[in-house]
Amino acid sequence: MVTVLARAGLWLVVLFLAVIGVALAADGGFAIHMTIVALAALLAVWFTVRSADYTAIARGILKMPDQGKYDDDPIRWGIIATVFWGVVGFGAGVFIAAQLAWPALNLEPYLNFSRLRPLHTSAVIFAFGGNALIATSFYVVQRTCRARLALPGLARFVFWGYQLFIVLAATGYVLGISQGKEYAEPEWYVDWWLTIVWVCYLAVFVMTIVKRSEPHIYVANWFYLSFIITVAMLHVVNNLDVPVSFVGSKSYPLFGGVQGALVQWWYGHNAVGFFLTAGFLAMMYYFVPKQAERPVYSYRLSIIHFWSLIFLYIWAGPHHLHYTALPDWAQTLGMVFSIMLWMPSWGGMINGLMTLNGAWDKIRTDPIIRMMVMALAFYGMSTFEGPMMSVKTVNSLSHYTNWTIGHVHSGALGWNGMITFGAVYYLVPRLWGRERLYSVRMVNWHFWCATIGIVFYAASMWVAGITQGLMWREYGADGYLVNTFADAVAAIHPMYIARTFGGLLYLLGGAFMVVNVWQTIAGKLRAEAPLHNAAYDPEADKPIVAAAAVH
Amino acid sequence: MTSMTERHKKLEKNITLLGVCAFLAVIVGGIVEIAPLFWIDNTIEKVEGMRPYTPLEQAGRDIYVREGCYVCHSQMIRPFRDEVERYGHYSLAAESMYDHPFQWGSERTGPDLARVGNRYSDSWHVQHLTNPQSVVPESIMPKFGFLAQNDLQVHDIAANLTALRHVGVPYSDKDIELAAADLKAQADPDADAGDFLKRYPEAQIRDFDGDPKRLTEMDALVAYLQMLGTLVDVNGAAAQEELASEHGR
Amino acid sequence: MSSHSTYDMLRHLADSWGLLAMLVVFLVLVAWPFRPGNRHRNDEAATMIFKDENDG
Repeated sequence: MVTVLARAGLWLVVLFLAVIGVALAADGGFAIHMTIVALAALLAVWFTVRSADYTAIARGILKMPDQGKYDDDPIRWGIIATVFWGVVGFGAGVFIAAQLAWPALNLEPYLNFSRLRPLHTSAVIFAFGGNALIATSFYVVQRTCRARLALPGLARFVFWGYQLFIVLAATGYVLGISQGKEYAEPEWYVDWWLTIVWVCYLAVFVMTIVKRSEPHIYVANWFYLSFIITVAMLHVVNNLDVPVSFVGSKSYPLFGGVQGALVQWWYGHNAVGFFLTAGFLAMMYYFVPKQAERPVYSYRLSIIHFWSLIFLYIWAGPHHLHYTALPDWAQTLGMVFSIMLWMPSWGGMINGLMTLNGAWDKIRTDPIIRMMVMALAFYGMSTFEGPMMSVKTVNSLSHYTNWTIGHVHSGALGWNGMITFGAVYYLVPRLWGRERLYSVRMVNWHFWCATIGIVFYAASMWVAGITQGLMWREYGADGYLVNTFADAVAAIHPMYIARTFGGLLYLLGGAFMVVNVWQTIAGKLRAEAPLHNAAYDPEADKPIVAAAAVH
Repeated sequence: MTSMTERHKKLEKNITLLGVCAFLAVIVGGIVEIAPLFWIDNTIEKVEGMRPYTPLEQAGRDIYVREGCYVCHSQMIRPFRDEVERYGHYSLAAESMYDHPFQWGSERTGPDLARVGNRYSDSWHVQHLTNPQSVVPESIMPKFGFLAQNDLQVHDIAANLTALRHVGVPYSDKDIELAAADLKAQADPDADAGDFLKRYPEAQIRDFDGDPKRLTEMDALVAYLQMLGTLVDVNGAAAQEELASEHGR
Repeated sequence: MSSHSTYDMLRHLADSWGLLAMLVVFLVLVAWPFRPGNRHRNDEAATMIFKDENDG
């Protein structure tokens, strides 16, 4: 009872502060945000006081099975949130892609491209990716430690607190509340909130490992741990700023100019390195072996992969600033480390792919494995392309063009998206205690929509990027620049349309996922033929090596 | 060898140690690379002409950030022949020394803006922001006509300047005291600007949005765009000296 | 010591001894899993995720 009162009291304080914030707000955006916070705090008070049986109500709505050996409720919510925000993020991406092809789709001021683009990037990276990481890390850490989640109340706070962060960030962009730093757009109070949530996340994760009943800390947990710690460091340092007023949304970053640029891209690149790579590699090191039903190819290689990845990644940020006013030595360091990064990345990819050694037939029969393999293939491709683009000569052409956008999306759609879909399809039947997914064939449709979508996306952006790069630097025989900037914009219009189409296909794949996950949770099974239905041919069923040995 | 294996066993099984080692691995790399930059202020000689933004320019810059212009426009000209010919002299580190946040950008869906100041007329900017396709048919830029409808509302511009002073922009006490008056005076050619031009050399005083009766967000944004890259005489002697000391570009 | 020379010193440190030190630590860590006699422990760790029949 005392804890209930203490918690309710804490939420009342938050509610009180938020109401004061609304009353004194220096700008409309801040007032709206504080209203959202007040509503969230009100809900929290309500649920804390009525702590009676709201979990049971939620379990009923979400058709969750009874409590098992592990604490899986926050994971179930997290999976639903992952699927939801994923589709929202993909949808926003398709819409802004269409805006570039058909600028009439811009509806000033709230739905202009420039305000929606951070909405798209944050929705896919932080909402879709972040929820996937939090949910899977809670799942994996319990299984690999054979321990229930430590601090269950805090784990629930992490989930809901993170959703509040997402809502504040997303509404902020549309309202024009932005810090103006890519992938770190949320303003100071949202940053503070995320810091609190993130520290709680670290506490839940570490305390669960501490109370484990298994001597080893499985390598996936190493990756999760480094992801949580490093993201905390990056987030805090990059978001140091001075608010103009404590009741207003505006703030100015502590670091400006050259220093600001280096800190921002140290953050930005390592958000890729630790949020989108280390965290998702943790998923890979658990879900690929589990789905393939065989241990990871080389555990040693995974240890090397871990240390070299976190050592090298942190240096690579300056490759975002080649030929800018950043000092030359820092650019060169960034380039060298980016190229070195190629090796551990490919070591990791090979480790993941070779886990299927002896079970390659599963690629044909199991679309979830196929998704995971495609994810690893895209991880390999984009971690080859990245170091190449960080070479200064290549960068002089590729920088500022759509090639970068293509590169980012082959990583994001191919690697992060596919491995997350694989994990979602692995988890949903297990978390809801279903015999299998509603439809395995639908996973197959998802796979093909997503893959073809990525091909359209990446290919069109490569062509667009190289076109831009070449047109901008094209000189005529008279020694003058041949093209105006607008010529290059017009030239890539068809590519913008092709990219929109690719994104639409990827979104369609996401829609299949929604239906499949929804129906699985509802407990339905689609009547369908199994995927491995090739007719049995005894002639073909002979080991090749043995046949050769006879002769 | 045994003791080493034992020690490693410890690392592999101790969450705190694992966390600390991982944290050291990531923090050392960051510090070694980033720390030197914080002494660089003193190695960039102050280029003649650089000054903090006027209140109106800063308000315009805040709108530039709010609308997310940096998503499509860079403010960083690289030292290549084509870029220098297209956009002007390449950008110097000192030119963004008062930029919080920096707005170098990462993508050129639209052209670079580092030296767009004084290249076009005010009315061109207003027309272009209101309906980009009416001046550049190929343009895919969104419309920002609403800026001309919105009165420029800054809750307390002196507070903005004070916050900027906290992060290192050298506004004087007088700059902050007169901030609200300066904000209005710069967009009103008939007002008495006092020593405004002394404190902000090269500042442009006029009505920017074509509607002298109102001070709108359009006024502020155009004032900001029209000063971009105009402060430093890049061909002057001081700038050339600074260029000579910037290595490897 | 003027701050200019602090910058020069730090920046030289960053691309010489600092870099070398990081490289050495890195190589040690990479070599670590290959020290003899821990194949068994690695295998154990790798197969640990399959120990439970049902981890629903």
